[in-house]
Amino acid sequence: MNTLIKNVSFQEWISSWNSGKITAPEHSTNYLDQLRTNAVNHIAALKFPSTRDEEWRFTDITPLKHAAFKQPSAATELTASDLTQYFIDESVIRIVFVDGQYMPGLSSTAAQHGVTIDSLSKLVATDISAVTQHLGQIAEYHNNAFVALNTAFMQEGVGIVISENIVVDAPIHVLFVATQQEVTACPRCLLVVGAGSRITLVEEYLALTDCAYTTNAVIEAQLADSANVNHIRLQRESREAFHIANTSVQIAHAASYQSISIALGAQISRFDQHISLADQHAQCSIDGLTLISDQQLADTHTWIDHIKPQATSRQLHKCIADGSAHAVFSGKIIVRPDAQQTDARQMNRNLLLSDKASIDTKPQLEIFADDVKCSHGATIGQLDADALFYLQSRGLNLASARNLLTYAFGAEVIDFIPVDSVKQQLADLILAKTRIH
Amino acid sequence: MIRADSSILLEVHDLHANVEDTEILKGLNLTVKRGEIHAIMGLNGSGKSTFAKVLAGHPAYRMTGGEILFNGMDITSLAPEERARAGLFLAFQYPVEIPGVANDQFLRLAYNTVQRQRGKEELDPLEFDDFVREKMKLLDMNPGFLDRSVNEGFSGGEKKRNEILQMALLEPMLAVLDETDSGLDIDALRIVAKGVNQLASQDNALILVTHYQRLLDYIEPDYVHVMEAGRIIKTSGKELALELEAHGYDWISGDKTRASGVQP
Repeated sequence: MNTLIKNVSFQEWISSWNSGKITAPEHSTNYLDQLRTNAVNHIAALKFPSTRDEEWRFTDITPLKHAAFKQPSAATELTASDLTQYFIDESVIRIVFVDGQYMPGLSSTAAQHGVTIDSLSKLVATDISAVTQHLGQIAEYHNNAFVALNTAFMQEGVGIVISENIVVDAPIHVLFVATQQEVTACPRCLLVVGAGSRITLVEEYLALTDCAYTTNAVIEAQLADSANVNHIRLQRESREAFHIANTSVQIAHAASYQSISIALGAQISRFDQHISLADQHAQCSIDGLTLISDQQLADTHTWIDHIKPQATSRQLHKCIADGSAHAVFSGKIIVRPDAQQTDARQMNRNLLLSDKASIDTKPQLEIFADDVKCSHGATIGQLDADALFYLQSRGLNLASARNLLTYAFGAEVIDFIPVDSVKQQLADLILAKTRIH
Repeated sequence: MIRADSSILLEVHDLHANVEDTEILKGLNLTVKRGEIHAIMGLNGSGKSTFAKVLAGHPAYRMTGGEILFNGMDITSLAPEERARAGLFLAFQYPVEIPGVANDQFLRLAYNTVQRQRGKEELDPLEFDDFVREKMKLLDMNPGFLDRSVNEGFSGGEKKRNEILQMALLEPMLAVLDETDSGLDIDALRIVAKGVNQLASQDNALILVTHYQRLLDYIEPDYVHVMEAGRIIKTSGKELALELEAHGYDWISGDKTRASGVQP
């Protein structure tokens, strides 16, 4: 491997890729191409994050900097039958990405009234205003090298546009599949949900082989007035993978956003979630569960920004770290001067399963208004000895008892998932992971 | 029921045990045969509950001397789950709440684990559901308790009924009921006692650890033992419980004619 290189710029990292530099699209007045050009030009000004940066203090991504990655070559030939086992029973609409690239042939986006799904380049070409209005506007890249890099590649992304007052009952499944070794995939999604509409989105990352690669994903979402979105996020990448993801959500008047994010996979993962409660009576609940072991590192950073009065936010984030794993949670709640009568509650609970595991937690409240209800807290603990004995006295061996209690700790978050098959699949997966099934 | 030809199920000889560095049990002797019901009474701090936990193998209690033979086998080096599989059951004084684990899931896991160890048939979720509902009738338990988290938010009486339900499922040879009557109102006590009585047979045995005589009105013991300072200081028939109720423990305390704890 390379020796430690200090102060590598992001540009240098990218130019160390086999295929060389990223080039901006040629002279184009197309909205998407202009966004890409701006991002490409901006990348040179950005640094590769290091633990000297406050937001990366606990998370050392040096191994990613030293990994030799390239842009994906031609997409791997897959057929739907290769993926059937990963499909969600309840889903009708399915959007499949392979190595960061949208695959219409593997997707199922059959016309449904009020639902438009297509590649970003096509949506921009046909001048869908919901797309040109929001694309690149919600996920900010000027201070975030990974978002900038993603933006440079976003022609491969997908837009999901829901008109006003549409209810999509079946969950929309967005599946990001990794198939190639040593590539950096930059999948991008834009979700625009019209006023009064209601959808459930399941965003899932997985790999067909246990190989090393990087996912650098960006999801932008705009919820118009009184829209309601359930957003489930399942990160179960290969244990060799690097996973960097940014989700940015803007929530309008009386709209409601519920997200449940589960992190199980990857060697190193970092998930940034930016929630903007942009108008009165906006609501969000942002729950998360990290379950890692061995040498895994999983970092979740959330920002909940109360901009206008009378908005509500709820957050429960749980981390379970076994082996020599390292979990990080940083949750910032910002209450702006205008955001009177904010109601914000945040709780972070952590479970350490071994002497070598570690968890860093940093709950933060920044309050600039005076009439608010805000609370936050964090706990770190181990499995309860009395509960272990209780289970053992009923015939379970110590390992099973530990695993059942570990599962129980995480189940509180899993139980929030409103899609039964996903909830069940995840329960099975975690019970299997904890070896009692 | 006392029968002369009944085989010995539990033999405890000169049992000594510590919690941290404090000796709690200081030479306890007890013999229990199949078909018998024993009550162990005594003041708080006499070592009753410690004895129950030591029998079950609680890791916080360290045995420092003596031996425990269960069904002829020395169980002192066995883990709690091995004792449970061998047929020993402890009904907890304070059953533990386990948020996030559904009661039916827990009960089925415990049942199947023990069945598997005993070389018996396991039940799938549907079969188990029928089976457990039948057992719940014994205790007038609402099937709604199956869907809730283990003991979470259960009242005192509901927790104790859930303990006896586990006893009914695991069919132990020896059940130790640690203060099962504490926190129960009279109706709950009757229901729990009725369940226990139905589970008692000529092949198994019961040890009731209790502070009060009340439980013994409903579950009739063959022997009553009084514990003090980590030892059994008197053993007699069920009438002893009534005397204790009427006169307290003082009159036995320091009694020079201490019983050995082994039945005649």
